[in-house]
Amino acid sequence: MGRGLEDVWDELKLFPFRLSENLKPGEVLRIKLGEKEFTPPEISALILRQLKRNAERYFGKPVTQAVITVPAYFNDAQRQATKDAGRIAGLEVLRLVNEPTAASLAYGLDKNKEGIVAVYDLGGGTFDISILKLHEGIFEVIATNGDTHLGGDDLDNLLITIALDDIAGDMKLDLRHNAEAVQAIRKAVIDAKIELSAREETAISVDLPGGNQYQRKITRAQFEQLIEPIVQRTASPVRQALADAKLTAEQIDEVVLVGGSTRIPRVRALVKELFKREPHSELNPDEVVALGAAVQANILAGGSQATQDMLLLDVTPLSLGIEALGGVVAKIIHRNSTIPASATEHFTTGVEGQTNVAIHVLQGERELAKDCRSLARFDLKGVPPMPAGLPRIEVRFLIDANGILHVSAKEQRSGKEAEVEVKPTYGLTDEQVETMILESFDYAEEDFRQRQIVEARNEAETILLALEKGRRNAAWSELSDAERKDIAGAEAELKQAKDGEDYGLIRDSIEKLNQATTHLAELMMESAVGSALKGKDMRQLHAEGPAAPHPIAPAEIEN
Amino acid sequence: MKLFMATGTHIASTEKKAEGTVQCWSCDTPFPAGSHFCPHCSKVQKPVAADYFSFFGLPRKLNIDVSALEKEFYRLSRKLHPDLFARATAEEQEWSLETSSRLNDAYRTLKDSIARTQYLLSLEGVQLEEQSKAATDRARQTGEEKKQVVPPDLLEEVFELNMQLQELRMSDEKEPEVIAQLETVKKNFEAKLQGLHFELKKLWDGWDQVISGEPQNNDSERLKVREQTVDMLNRRSYIRNLVRDVNEALQN
Repeated sequence: MGRGLEDVWDELKLFPFRLSENLKPGEVLRIKLGEKEFTPPEISALILRQLKRNAERYFGKPVTQAVITVPAYFNDAQRQATKDAGRIAGLEVLRLVNEPTAASLAYGLDKNKEGIVAVYDLGGGTFDISILKLHEGIFEVIATNGDTHLGGDDLDNLLITIALDDIAGDMKLDLRHNAEAVQAIRKAVIDAKIELSAREETAISVDLPGGNQYQRKITRAQFEQLIEPIVQRTASPVRQALADAKLTAEQIDEVVLVGGSTRIPRVRALVKELFKREPHSELNPDEVVALGAAVQANILAGGSQATQDMLLLDVTPLSLGIEALGGVVAKIIHRNSTIPASATEHFTTGVEGQTNVAIHVLQGERELAKDCRSLARFDLKGVPPMPAGLPRIEVRFLIDANGILHVSAKEQRSGKEAEVEVKPTYGLTDEQVETMILESFDYAEEDFRQRQIVEARNEAETILLALEKGRRNAAWSELSDAERKDIAGAEAELKQAKDGEDYGLIRDSIEKLNQATTHLAELMMESAVGSALKGKDMRQLHAEGPAAPHPIAPAEIEN
Repeated sequence: MKLFMATGTHIASTEKKAEGTVQCWSCDTPFPAGSHFCPHCSKVQKPVAADYFSFFGLPRKLNIDVSALEKEFYRLSRKLHPDLFARATAEEQEWSLETSSRLNDAYRTLKDSIARTQYLLSLEGVQLEEQSKAATDRARQTGEEKKQVVPPDLLEEVFELNMQLQELRMSDEKEPEVIAQLETVKKNFEAKLQGLHFELKKLWDGWDQVISGEPQNNDSERLKVREQTVDMLNRRSYIRNLVRDVNEALQN
């Protein structure tokens, strides 16, 4: 997300999916799935919508707001794309939290720590290093660095390339364009990679098209030798972050490991070399970030006893600049500035009567605009016509707590607010996002209603089934005639309601049948396990034990 | 369409100390302008343009107790950060964002003694010589002469250094002799930088005395300290750039 065609060109052959054929340079990428095309934020929205559903299923009520974590070294475009994805998925994104920072929140809350903590976060696709100062509940990020294109995927891609070369050499089979075969190889090398964290040797075995089989043994030593150049790429961001924090490795009190790739023994060994101490690995590196996001959500919701003194002060990972004369970048907000951060600059016109001024905003550490990442071109419109050099346009750049840039402008001589038109370099325009939201919103409402009905129907089926069993139980004969009559009435009502489309009616009928069967359930319980579980109805009996609803909602699969 | 940056892009001229009395938007209690919260109901107030010193309620002095500043920064962060306004009105959210960004900007500037000095000089209306690499590159690109004056007493050393750098860049193989010489020069300049810190400290004390003294007698003194500080900062950034150039040459 937030990338252009030129950024992903080299990896295209390893993707199990295809890009749209008629992409123009500078356009947001579109991925072709069957007949449909999706932008990366839309794909991300599909995942977020599924997570939203899982959460709704777990809580039994709609979830509308979320805290989403992002790699700390994400630039503005990538952050904006993540926020867009949230909006398309029907979530109000309350905050984007940097992943290592989120991890430190979970870690700090758990251990009630003080001091300087470094978080080394090597995940699937990105690497982050953040150095924080923990003091009386304030989590102050001092410096962050990273690489948004470095992670477990790079290790997988390396092993896949080797396997493909092997296959091409030994079997004279070119599978590079066979997406299915590449995917099968990917799965096999990932399994091997994981095994090598626990064992000294493993075997890769893949069934190939045409009845061939690819087999290869790999030892941990070989694996470590192969991945060394990739793993070493994390060293330089670590050194830079330490230098930016004006700290030496010895001054770091604790090192925390985050991200699945930190399970690799060689990665742990490198972290130990870099920081000259044993890193902490007792937290689950896959879950600690989500835990931290939950802590942040709690803080935003007003806090609780555990979080009331906690406050996160994060930084912007990349310097923000504007293109000045000669294509050089004038930095206006430096990297590692605590956010929200702002800068005010003044601009004027160069031509008599000029009413528009263009500002090219970039992010990055290099001196020339062409070496930095172009974020957007801001067009300041509606400058009152004046002789050249006379207007004094005050432009305010503000990076909010999500790390996202906002720009506002005012012509000071006339006091007129200038209209700011944003042309994102790699992102969707506001209009595009709005359209996607509208499309998904219509869909989501209908979807939610449908799902509620389906879930209520399932519950009805379960209760009716339980009632069938109850009728054959000895307890049935202990009920009075009136009770049996009530049950039969409620049963008939529910049977009819469940085939209809009225969600409320199905719910009410379930409730009625549950009440009518409370005594039956008690009697059944008594006969089965004594009187320990008195006072429960059919539904509760059903809800206990391994048959409890699973918190994962069924995936939505479109054909 | 061309883009021009107006000269003197800094905010100096528009920054003032907040004056007078204002009313709390929520409970109507009057309070002195410049306070971030209502003293009665503690609600966040509409941000007022204020310089970084008055944001923290500090006099425009150059010696600052940085650990006290940090404490105050944390205290204000706990009250102003947008996290605490997630459920507040849109207007309060905007004020919190605006004021906490000013808080962060102010803290970042004031905690660093050099940034603080540069900022104070800009408040005084002084345009500092741009010595950054961007300025050098810009000058190179546009072919303009960079307005960087070599401190006279360094002329000879700088001349010699440039010769050595040239020699290093021209030669394919790095002569250990040249490298050793450059290392020595680098150490020499680094020591000079250290020395400048003591000089700067003296100037900060001088400035603070001017600020605390009687206003009528010290206009000339104020001007004198100001000029000396500007010179010292230019000298510092000049030497720093030299050290950077040497480092770059040694790395390549």
